[in-house]
Amino acid sequence: MTLTVNGETVDLAPEVTVAALVAERTDQRRIAVARNGEVVPRGEWATTTLADGDEVEILAAVAGG
Amino acid sequence: MAEQDAFRLAGQELPSRLILGTGGVPSLDVLARAVAASGTALVTVALRRVEASTGGALADVLERAGVRLLPNTAGCFTAREAVRTARLAREAFETDWVKLEVIGDERTLLPDPVELLDAAEQLVAEGFTVLPYTNDDPITARRLADAGCAAVMPLGSPIGSGLGIRNPHNIALIREAVDVPVILDAGLGTASDAALAMELGCDGVLLASAVTRARDPERMALAMRHAVDAGRLAFGAGRIEKRWHAAMASTQDAGLAAL
Repeated sequence: MTLTVNGETVDLAPEVTVAALVAERTDQRRIAVARNGEVVPRGEWATTTLADGDEVEILAAVAGG
Repeated sequence: MAEQDAFRLAGQELPSRLILGTGGVPSLDVLARAVAASGTALVTVALRRVEASTGGALADVLERAGVRLLPNTAGCFTAREAVRTARLAREAFETDWVKLEVIGDERTLLPDPVELLDAAEQLVAEGFTVLPYTNDDPITARRLADAGCAAVMPLGSPIGSGLGIRNPHNIALIREAVDVPVILDAGLGTASDAALAMELGCDGVLLASAVTRARDPERMALAMRHAVDAGRLAFGAGRIEKRWHAAMASTQDAGLAAL
């Protein structure tokens, strides 16, 4: 399946969860994930399966403000 | 012995009236030293896409420093973007405090008051503790306070400009117009600017560039700490009236020597 992750098109195996995608991308603890513009609460990462065409944002703290 | 009065923000007592921004910091090591020198208890961070190169050390450094994180909505131009960013920040940092920033223009980075008020109302309704970065306009400040914001944070001058407080009368008017804390946010260049903010009655100061882009950030952070303390003490002490002519420092007539 094809998704957009942080603005980039990526091919992923079916049935990939948010938790698996996050683990592949970063080992940071303070992370937020949006799927199609909506926050995915941390407690739902392991049970949220991504779907073809999803737009996912994985965000972390940077200096600013 | 005169002492500093406590600073309460959204029901929390903070040991410092100085809030430090992290924008423009040259390295995490410099940041850690500046945070320690400033005595701050609250430090802003932004949310950005995770890159392969993102080390993740920023939040760790701040955690080790024992400060509370204040996520912001920097880079948002609409209420919709800002509300989404605030929700994500709440998830990432497990805090419902947010420095609400809704920018109207990339060139000036001045706040868009219409979008700002809209976002503030939505976030207050969702249970956030909203600390809005706003123009130095007393009416907008009052509207934000009436909307339930926990403080108002008027700018002294545009972000990163170092121009100081361009309209001190408006800052004083804002202090009169609202019952929530007033935190001077943006534009400060050096210690005397921070002291002036406090002398005008502000409850706190938020600054980043003045420290992070100084030649010696750690030393400037210490200067800001003293400036905020000095300004607050002077405000509490009550300055003398300005007058056109000298006032005799000693009693004029009594005890004069007949020379």
